[in-house]
Amino acid sequence: MKLFNITNTKTNSSSNKNGGSSLGNDKVKWLSLPYIVWMIGFIILPLLVIIYYGLTSGNKLKNLFTLGNIRLILDPTNFKALRLSLELSLISTLICLLLAYPLAMILSRSRMKSNNFIVMIIILPMWMNFLLRTIAWQNILERTGIINTVLNFLKLPTLNIINTPLAIVLGMVYNFLPFMVLPIYNVLIKIDKDVVAAARDLGANSIQTFLKIILPLSIPGVISGITMVFVPSLTTFVISTILGGSKIILIGNVIEQHFRVGNWHAGSGLSIVLMFFILVSMAILSKYDKEGEGGSLW
Amino acid sequence: MVKRIMEKFYVGLILLFLYAPIFVLIVLSFNQAKSRSKWGGFTLHWYRELFKNKYIMNALYTTLIIALLSALIATIIGTVAAIAISSMRKPPRTILIGITNIPLLNADIVTGLSLMLLFVALRFTLGFTSVLISHITFNIPYVILSVMPKIRQLSPNTYEAALDLGASPIYAFFKVILPDIFPGVLTGFFLAFTMSLDDFVITHFTKGPQINTLSTKIYTEVRKGIKPEIYALSTLMFIAVLLLLVIINRRNADKKDTIKKFD
Amino acid sequence: MTDNKLINLINISKSYGDNVVLDELNLYIRENEFLTLLGPSGCGKTTTLRIIGGFENPDKGQVIFEGKDITKLPPNERQLNTVFQKYALFTHMTIAENIAFGLKIKKKSKDYINDKIKYALKLVNLDGFENRMPDSLSGGQQQRIAIARAIVNEPKVLLLDEPLGALDLKLRQDMQYELIRLKNELGITFIYVTHDQEEALTMSDTVVVMNQGYIQQIGSPEDIYNEPQNAFVADFIGESNILPSIMIEDKLVNILGTSFACVDTGFGRNKPVDVVIRPEDIDLVKPEDGIIKGVVTSLLFKGVHYEMEVNANGHDWLVHSTDLVPVGNEVGIWVDPYDIQIMNKPESEDEEAVELDI
Repeated sequence: MKLFNITNTKTNSSSNKNGGSSLGNDKVKWLSLPYIVWMIGFIILPLLVIIYYGLTSGNKLKNLFTLGNIRLILDPTNFKALRLSLELSLISTLICLLLAYPLAMILSRSRMKSNNFIVMIIILPMWMNFLLRTIAWQNILERTGIINTVLNFLKLPTLNIINTPLAIVLGMVYNFLPFMVLPIYNVLIKIDKDVVAAARDLGANSIQTFLKIILPLSIPGVISGITMVFVPSLTTFVISTILGGSKIILIGNVIEQHFRVGNWHAGSGLSIVLMFFILVSMAILSKYDKEGEGGSLW
Repeated sequence: MVKRIMEKFYVGLILLFLYAPIFVLIVLSFNQAKSRSKWGGFTLHWYRELFKNKYIMNALYTTLIIALLSALIATIIGTVAAIAISSMRKPPRTILIGITNIPLLNADIVTGLSLMLLFVALRFTLGFTSVLISHITFNIPYVILSVMPKIRQLSPNTYEAALDLGASPIYAFFKVILPDIFPGVLTGFFLAFTMSLDDFVITHFTKGPQINTLSTKIYTEVRKGIKPEIYALSTLMFIAVLLLLVIINRRNADKKDTIKKFD
Repeated sequence: MTDNKLINLINISKSYGDNVVLDELNLYIRENEFLTLLGPSGCGKTTTLRIIGGFENPDKGQVIFEGKDITKLPPNERQLNTVFQKYALFTHMTIAENIAFGLKIKKKSKDYINDKIKYALKLVNLDGFENRMPDSLSGGQQQRIAIARAIVNEPKVLLLDEPLGALDLKLRQDMQYELIRLKNELGITFIYVTHDQEEALTMSDTVVVMNQGYIQQIGSPEDIYNEPQNAFVADFIGESNILPSIMIEDKLVNILGTSFACVDTGFGRNKPVDVVIRPEDIDLVKPEDGIIKGVVTSLLFKGVHYEMEVNANGHDWLVHSTDLVPVGNEVGIWVDPYDIQIMNKPESEDEEAVELDI
C-alpha cells in the first residue's frame, strides 16, 4: 500500500512546481475530460439534487422553497438523536486516537517492513463483510455471549453491554480504528530519524522530544485520522441498528427511516444538517493543520 | 526489554480486538446449530449448502461482478485522470483534487442518498447499473490517490526521452509511463475492488428492489438471523485473500533479501 | 593544541546482524583538534560518529569523555552537539525557535536566549533570519542554521556528519573556509565525517582514513598524502601509481624490473613491497636521461596540467606534467628518490579485497 494525501494541496513536489509536469504536454490535460464529466454528473449534481430536495416542500401543488425540512432537526426526537450521535462519535474518535497513536508509534519504530502489517490490519478484515463483523460483536457482547460466559466461568459479575450506547461506541471504534492508525503511522514514518536524534542531541529527553518534536510534526496525520473516524461515526446507521437494538436512535437512523418511508424531503433536509456538521468539523480541524497539508490515508 | 514486551503485548491486544469478530465468524461457519448463540458441534454442512443456495450464489455473483467492473472502469478513468491532473497548473489541479476528495470525506449515507435522488430525478430505474455507477464514483478517488504519487515520482525526462527516440505519445505511454506507474495502478485497482466488495451503505440506497449484493443480503437478514452459509462463504473469501497476501508478501520479501544494506 | 585526550574510544566494536561495521576500533581525539574521519561509504565513519554522539551503542568497548566513561549515557546528557547530514531542522519551528531549542530545555533566561540567537546568526552570517521558516531557506543557509543551533549550546565538541554533502561544489568550497573560521573563533573540537578527500585535506588537523571498519592510517593531511601507509590510503587519497615492487636493499627498490634509488630503509632484503608514486612527482625527460624509457599512449588537457599515460616496462604510468609530449613520442621517466613511497604489502585478505573494489 502506498501513501497518499487526502486533503493535499501542498504535495506538488519538484516536477510539478512550474505547472508543467512529467508529461508536460498541453493536450494531456484534456484526458481529464471523462473524469470531470463523471464527477460533475455523479458527485456535484447529486449534491445539488439533495440540497434541492432538502429546501423544498415536496407539495405537488406548490413545490416551494422552505426551511421546514431543515427545521425538523429542532424536533426533540431528532435533536436528541443528533446530540447522541455527536456525543458517541466524539467519544469514539477520542478512544480511537488514544488507541491508535501508541500503536502507530510502535509500528513506525519497528524495523520490520510494517507495510505488510498495515495491509493486514486494514485490508484483510474488509474481506469479511463489515456487517458480519459487526454482527459478530453481538455474539461477543450479548447476555449469553462470549465475554459473559468467560466472566461467569470466573465467577465474576456479568456485563450488560449489548443494546447500550457503550456497544455502539465499541462498534464504532472497532470499525474505524484502522482509519486512525493509518494516517498517523504514515506521518510518523516520514519524520526524519535525524530530526528526532537532533532533539536528543540538543538536550531533550524522550518525553520532551515527543512533546516538542514528534507530536507537533504528526498533527496532520492526527487531523486526517480524526476526520476519517469522526465523519463515519457521526453518520452511521448500521452500527446502531446492529449493536444498539431498536431503542437507540442516531441521526443516521432518523434519516434512513425518513427515506425508507418515502419522506425524501425531510430526509434530505436532515442530510443537509449532517453535511453542515461535517463541514464545520473540517473547518475546525483545518485550522489546526497549519501546513494545510493533511495527512495521508493509505 | 520490559518496554519491548509491553509494546508487543499492546500490538497483540489491538490485533485481538480487530480479529476477534473474524475468529467468531469462522467458528460459526463450522457450527452445527443453526442459531448464532449456541455451539452444536463441528460440521462442514454449511459449506456444502452454500453452493446449493441460489440466493447467496446470486448475491455473490452480483457482488463480484460489480466489484470487478467498477474497479476496472474506475482504474481506467482514474489513471487517465491522474495523469491529466498532474499536468495541470495549480488552481485547476487544486479544485479537481478537492472534488476528488468529496466522496472520501463525505458521509456514505449522504453520498448514497444523493445518488439515489439523482437517479430517481432522471427517471433512471434503480438496479444493477445504478449500483455500478455509484461504485465507480466512490472508487475513482482511491485510484487517483494511489496513482498520483507514482506519477510524481516519474522522472520528467523518461517520457521526453522516449519521444526523442522516435516513439509516438501513445507508444511512449504504454512502454515507458505505464510500466513505471503500474504498481500504483494495481494498488488502486485492488483498493477499489475491496472497497466495492465491503460497501453496504451506498449500495443499500442505490440498488432498488431487484438485486442484492452480499452486504444488502446480510442486512435483510440481520433481524431474522444470518444464514450460516453466509459465514461459510465469508470464511472462504477471507482465507482466499489471506493466502493471496501471504504469497505476495513472500515474493516481495525474497526480493528485499537480495539487497544488503551498508553504513 | 595540547596533548589532552578529550575523547578516547577504546576497543569499539559494532555490527548489524552479520555485518561488522567496526572492529576493535581505538582512537583518541585531542582538545581543540579538527579531526576528520575519512573513508568510502560503509567504512564505519558515520557509525563511529554516532557512537560518540550517543545515537548508537557499541556492542563492545568504551567511550571516554574527559576521563569519564560515557558509553551508556543518552545523547541529551552528553556535552557534544551534532550537525546532521541533511540538517535535520525542525520544520514546524521558526529559525529562532530552532536555535533556542537546546537553550529552552536548559531553562536559560529569555534575555540570554535572545542574545545567543543574535550572536549565533551573526556568526553564521544570517542576521535577521529569526522569524523565517526552515523551508524558505536554501540548502547552504539551512546548513548554517543547523550549525548555529548546535553551537549556541556551547558544546565541548561539535560532531559534523558529512555536513556539506548536499551542497553544490562552489558552496561547498565556501563553507569549508567558513567552517575553519568558525572552528578558530569558537576554539572547540570538531569531529568531521566525510568521504571527500579534498575536504578532509583542506580543513583537518588530523585525518583518520577508515575502511571496512578498520583505521587505515592516522596523520596530518600532509602525512596522509605524501606518505600513505598502504595501497588503500594511497589510492583513496588523490591519484597515484601503485606499483608492485621488490625492495632489494635499503635505499634501492626494483620497480617492474628496473632499479630506482629511494630513501626508505628497514624493509629488509628482497622483500615484495608496494611503491606509490604520485603522478605529479614523475618528471618526463629526454629518453636517454630517464631511469626508464616509455612511450606516451594518451594525453588529456586538464587545465593546470596535462594528464598523460606513459607505457614503460609493461605498465601504464600516470603522469601529470605542464610539459606537453605528443602521443607516440618516446620519453624518459625520472623520479626523485624522496618521491618514491614504499609500503608493506597488505597482510590480510580483507585489505587485498578492498584494493580491488576501488
